[in-house]
Formats: sequence, structure tokens, C-alpha cells
Amino acid sequence: MAILEYDFMRRAFLAGILLAVIVPCIGIIVVLKRLSMMGDALSHTSLAGVAAGLVMGINPILGAVVACIAAALGIEAIRKRIPKFSEMSIAIIMSAGIGLAGVLSGFVKNAANFNSFLFGSIVAISDFEMVLVVCISCAVLLTFLLLYKELFYIALDERSARLAGIPVKSINFIFTILTAVTVSIAARTVGALIVSSLMVVPVACGMQVGKSYQQTVLYSILFAVCFTIAGLFLSYYLRLKPGGTIVLIGVLCLVVLLLVKRVLARRTVSAVADRN
Amino acid sequence: MSDRNVIEAKDLSFGYGNEPIFEGVSFSVRPGDFIAIIGSNGAGKSTLLRLILGELAPSSGDLHLLGQDIRQFRDWPKIGYLPQNGLGSGADFPATVQEIVQANLFSRIGLMRFPKKEHREKTLRALELVGMKDYAGRMIGELSGGQQQRVLLARVLVNDPEIMLLDEPTNGVDARSVRSFFELLSECNREAGLTIVMVTHDIARAENHVSRVLCLEEGSLVELKKTQVEKELSQKHKHQRRPDHGNSGI
Repeated sequence: MAILEYDFMRRAFLAGILLAVIVPCIGIIVVLKRLSMMGDALSHTSLAGVAAGLVMGINPILGAVVACIAAALGIEAIRKRIPKFSEMSIAIIMSAGIGLAGVLSGFVKNAANFNSFLFGSIVAISDFEMVLVVCISCAVLLTFLLLYKELFYIALDERSARLAGIPVKSINFIFTILTAVTVSIAARTVGALIVSSLMVVPVACGMQVGKSYQQTVLYSILFAVCFTIAGLFLSYYLRLKPGGTIVLIGVLCLVVLLLVKRVLARRTVSAVADRN
Repeated sequence: MSDRNVIEAKDLSFGYGNEPIFEGVSFSVRPGDFIAIIGSNGAGKSTLLRLILGELAPSSGDLHLLGQDIRQFRDWPKIGYLPQNGLGSGADFPATVQEIVQANLFSRIGLMRFPKKEHREKTLRALELVGMKDYAGRMIGELSGGQQQRVLLARVLVNDPEIMLLDEPTNGVDARSVRSFFELLSECNREAGLTIVMVTHDIARAENHVSRVLCLEEGSLVELKKTQVEKELSQKHKHQRRPDHGNSGI
């Protein structure tokens, strides 16, 4: 296959598939905890880290990781102080992140490099970034598998999870760090502006077809991998931006699934009515 | 099980900010008790449960759970809790009945470990106990409110708790399911010796099953005798015939 003869495309597929496996693992917990906007807040804040990294001459992904972790911990800290209006914490951190990114971006000399983080540049991944993607993906996947039942119970019912003996605070802290790291690394590939879509859309698709939590997780990963592979192929042959293409394929698939589900539900209702 | 009181509260006071909810409340729960806590809306019934669950700290007084001070208490898996409104916003959670019940076996499975055959069997036994074994593979969102409450009861029972706390467990559940739910609780109390403390508005249906009724009203907690409960119920029936009277809460 011609597309795979290029080294940059092979890297893009490897990085894309690895991220497509880990992002829905984080995404499903984020969605089920009703924190879908958290991905948005973190990815926008990651831009401040990217800009800071570029200004200070350190790797922008490392800058994004640090900014994301600080933002995630900031969200948790604000949520605890204003529990009745906890969703405000996401808006506050997102505003602060965008503001900081805007100010710092004025000092970035290479604007093209900064812009590549807005919509992603999966085909321009360096050796160091590739190693980072592999290491972070392995760490996130291993942690998700080891804390699978704990994360499930916390997402379902935090109070009962605590009563069952689960160290809820510690696991929430670990999950916050995992989310921050995953968002910052995914921002490099699909772009900071659409990373939260990659976190939510495959999960939304998985929830349409899954018949258990386990199936929903597996389907979400499968959808994300398919969207990534299809997105990379389409973007290569149609000369489109890969990040945006991946997300748009996902949204299109979700729309189709919702329509099919609606038609099937109507058929079931009319079949039952006919029988009666 | 020893004969010590499983819950012991002495001069318990609590308030939100400067507003006291209750003051100097004392009560004890013996092993095998089936207690209903009644009172009007806002009397602090759910707050009292939250104090027993260690989610709120009393402003003064002592509270002991299974012989330990609540501040040092760590044996939470011995306490089963069934929340108000069942799963609430989690009613459409993408999980099967079996996955939801098995989640509560954490203390037996262990941190970062995977469930084994014995855990799956224990889960099915708990579901069988509440008559929901045939629904093990169904998604929780596909079940009715009454069925969901049974599943949540199985989730509590699967862990073999010593005390079960229930916060208005029959809210939003149809009358027929409420009756069978109380019968089920009564069975757990009689046959397994499970201590049950239940906040309820539905004392009319629960009355025949509970062993004691505590009434939280105007900041103090008093135990009602059977005759007092019946008197309150008959007064409530009179009030219901005259719609200008407010809800007494029992």
C-alpha cells in the first residue's frame, strides 16, 4: 500500500492507533462522570503549556503535560471549594488557560509550530514525541486495566464506591493525572481544539451499541481506532487535515447510528402494536 | 454478632452554618433492629443518615458505629447503603445488572485485582435473593423503578453488611413494588438478622415490618410506640380527606 511506504505515515498510524485506544478509556469515565467539558478545558489549557514551552525553548508537549496537570488539579481544587456550582470550575480554568495561551502566543516566534497544536499534526511527529506517545499509552492502558472496576464504580456512584472500601480520593487523583497526560499528548495529534471530541464521540457511539459496560468500553475503542484509520486514509488521499477528518468521520458515524437506532426502535414499537 | 449496640448516638447536635437541624439527639440501635425514621420534610432525617455514613461531622456529641468512634471508623464495607432516588442520574448508566451488583464486592476482590468465578457466583446469589437473577445480563436502564431498587438492594446484600441504611428507598416506586420491597427487607431482617435503619415517608406500608419507629421532629428524636404510630396514621388519613392540611411526613 503506497500510503504505508512513507515513514511519516507509518508513524502517524502507530501514534493514531495508540491514542485511539487510550483516549476512549479516559473518555468513558469522563462522560459517565458528566464531565464531558473537562476535556475541552484541559485541551485549551494545554495550549498555554505549548506556548510556554515554545517561548522557553522546551518541548511543547512537556509544557502541555505540565499545564494540563496543573489545570486538572485546579479544576478539582475549585470544585471542592464551590461544590454547589462545581461546573464553574471548568469554565474558570478554561478561561484562564485560553487567556494565558493568548498572551503567551504573542511571544512565540514560530507561529506555524504553535498553530500545529490547534488542529494537530499527526504526520509531523518527532522521534521524541513518538517515544512519549508509546510510553504514555502503555502507562494509561495499564493503569486503566488495573483500576478498571474501581473507576467503573466511582463513575457509577462515588458514595457507594467509598462505602465499598475504594480509596476514591486517591483514584480520582490518579485519574485526573491520566486525563491531563492523555489530553496533552492527544492535542499534538488531533489538535487541542478537537481533542475533547475524540474523547466523547467514540464513547457516544459505543453507548449506542454496547449491551454492558465492558462492551461499551470495547466498542468505544473499536470506533476510535476505525475513525483514526479511516481519517488518516481519507486525509492522505483527499489532502485534508487528519485531526479534523478523524473527528468528522466520528460525528458522521454517530449521526448514522442514532438514525438507525431510531428506525429500529420505531419498527419494534409498530411490531409490538401489530401483535397486540 | 455480639449484643452491643451497633449504632450509639449521645447528645448529637448538627446544623448547617448557624441553623441548627437537631440538638442533643440520643438513640441506640441494637443488632437485628428494623428501625424506621420518620419526620416531616426538612426535619433532618437524611442529614442524620449522612452523619452515620461519616459524610458530615456532628457539631457536638458522640456517635459510635459497630463499637468504634465514627471519626476513626474504617469498616465501611460492613455498612450497606441504599440511596434516595435509586441510581438517580445513573439510571441510564451503560452497565448490566450483574456489573452493578458485582462492583460492590470490591473489599473481597481487592485493589487492582479482577473478579473470579466465586465473585460472579456470589453476585448471582444476591440477585437470586431479591428475585432478579433472570435479569443479570440486562442493562439497568431497561428495568422499572421497582426492579432497579431490587438490584440496588442486591448490591448492598452482596457484601453481607452488618447494618443497612436506606434513605427513602421507595420514592418513585409503584405501590405494588413498594409492598414486595418491604416484604423483602423484612425477610432480610428476620432470616439473616440484618440490622436495618430506614428513613421513610411511607410508614403506613412499612409499619407492619419494622420493629421500632423513631420520629425526628423540631430538632429532637423520640421513639414512638405502636399505638402512637397508629394514632398518627389515623390522623393522617383524616388530614388526607381534608386537602387544606399540609403533609405531616408520616
